[in-house]
Amino acid sequence: MDKTWNNKAWFFVLPVLLLVAFSAVIPLMTVVNYSVQDTFGNNEFFWAGTEWFQQVLASDRFWESMARNLLFSAIVLAIEIPLGIVIALNMPKRGIGVPVCLVLMSLPLLIPWNVVGTIWQLFARTDVGLFGSVVTWLGFDYNYGRDTLDAWFTIVLMDVWHWTSLVVLLCYAGLMSIPDAYYQAAKIDGASRWSVFRFIQLPKLNRVLQIAILLRFMDSFMIYTEPFVVTGGGPGSVTTFLSIDLVKMAVGQFDLGPASAMSIIYFLIVLLVSWVFYTVTTQPDEDRA
Amino acid sequence: MLELRNVSKSVGVSRHITDVSLTLESGSLNVLLGPTLAGKTSLMRLMAGLDVPTAGTIHVDGQDVTGVPVQRRNVAMVYQQFINYPSLTVYENIASPLRVKGVDRATIDRDVKRAAELMRLTPYLDRTPLSLSGGQQQRTALARAMVKQARLVLLDEPLANLDYKLREELREELPKIFAETGAIFVYATTEPQEALLLGGNTAVMHEGRIAQFGRTIEVFRHPVNLTSARTFADPPLNTLSVHKTGDLFAHGGLLSVPVPDTLAHLPDGAYTIALQPHHLVVEPEGAALVALDARVDVTEITGSESFIHVAFADARWVILAAGVLEYDPEQVIRLGFDLRNLLIFGADGHAVEHRTAKAA
Repeated sequence: MDKTWNNKAWFFVLPVLLLVAFSAVIPLMTVVNYSVQDTFGNNEFFWAGTEWFQQVLASDRFWESMARNLLFSAIVLAIEIPLGIVIALNMPKRGIGVPVCLVLMSLPLLIPWNVVGTIWQLFARTDVGLFGSVVTWLGFDYNYGRDTLDAWFTIVLMDVWHWTSLVVLLCYAGLMSIPDAYYQAAKIDGASRWSVFRFIQLPKLNRVLQIAILLRFMDSFMIYTEPFVVTGGGPGSVTTFLSIDLVKMAVGQFDLGPASAMSIIYFLIVLLVSWVFYTVTTQPDEDRA
Repeated sequence: MLELRNVSKSVGVSRHITDVSLTLESGSLNVLLGPTLAGKTSLMRLMAGLDVPTAGTIHVDGQDVTGVPVQRRNVAMVYQQFINYPSLTVYENIASPLRVKGVDRATIDRDVKRAAELMRLTPYLDRTPLSLSGGQQQRTALARAMVKQARLVLLDEPLANLDYKLREELREELPKIFAETGAIFVYATTEPQEALLLGGNTAVMHEGRIAQFGRTIEVFRHPVNLTSARTFADPPLNTLSVHKTGDLFAHGGLLSVPVPDTLAHLPDGAYTIALQPHHLVVEPEGAALVALDARVDVTEITGSESFIHVAFADARWVILAAGVLEYDPEQVIRLGFDLRNLLIFGADGHAVEHRTAKAA
């Protein structure tokens, strides 16, 4: 029996199959497995069908977390994109200032996420943190562990500090790729600073901004580490985002079924949004050049 | 009238423009001819007012405008890259300089439509530039320069990025279109051919200096120095170093050329003789021509013309011959030239016939 005629092909494909299986397919199928069954431990499973999905989709808790996620992403995008553009526009184009600015901008991006959380948790504390004590000293009643608005303010501020740099770097790269002749032509036309931005820089940044929005939306929508470290989802549950809620449910309450169902819904939403963005950004349009 | 008086421009330690004096008349077409980095763009930036010269002054109609910024000078410029506002329609692109000036709607509409008509852009007025072909994009940029009614129109290698056909077409149209405006028209190019086709005046540029300025055909026929002759030759100028003794120019024992009577007064010494590639004739007939033998290196055939690369003495020459001529490498062929076509330069690089005419 000649069963080894395509051995060589398998040899090349196998590593990829194994990698994908262990990194994506097996974990995902495990979650799918949990989401349609019920277990009381002892490795005994009972078929539950779509019960968990219905339960999750019908619960206020899920929709509240979802609303928080969307609100957070909206705020973060509304601040980071314009701020990133403004900073990129004002960065030096040549000279010693360029590497200095680039390194300064990259620093927040290089810090591990849980360290960012820890930094801000300490930084914003009113007793030992610089930021917290200065705000208190200025006469504000600030306490991110007690007040909803303060907690949100802290988390948004942290995210802006952490991720605006990414937008800045993307925009800066986009701006640097605009040929000098465009600015000259605008100057000869007598165009104002605003016209240069509106009619040259912004259209030329179009593509870069689409990527920046996609990246920032995805990241902010999946936020977990930083608010978990800073507020732990509190006070109460006002900063409990989907991911935090998920971990509470799965690890804290050990409700594996609903948690799995929620993971899958969460995953599908992210997938859907990515797909929409991908379709929009890869659409053949005339601004390609 | 635009006048540059002893203009220089340095950036840091590098000198981009050195002591340029140039007078351009209103309604004239002026070609800046020179290789890449000769300073053509730098000079245009100075003319436009985008840069301020390090030394010297710039005058428009006798008035000193040296420090006046570009916005207040009424200048139009078109670049090698096709520069248009990417998000605006062709119509809005052409209208943009008029909108900045605050011209009324009806006038804008009339001017834009007229320019579009001339540039054959009428069917594309509602499209955005990037959805057009390169030629149409550049036409849009040209139309924008046109409606502005600028007194100085600077074209910086505007056809370099276009394909051959479009180039010929636009090159023919451009001078006509701008001629009626009475503007000073400056056109930078690296190609001697283009300068000859455009006509007008040519300023030959080399390393930030003007090697020669005058009527294009005059500059081509009577270069005042070796630099000008070299820049204006395509394929490259054929040169040979010779020594004058009595009534002969000689290169070793290989070539002896009688010194023309008009140059009999020249002192003995080292000279450079030069011939344009088309002034060398292969296998000459008749005794009127000076003959020499050269070894063929390689032959390039373009279809209607042949470029024959040969080695003569220690020099490498190119012959531009009409028709298809094929020679084997290493073959020795007889060449001839008319003494009247011989360009003779002194050791300092100045043409000896033009000793009296001073290089600009």
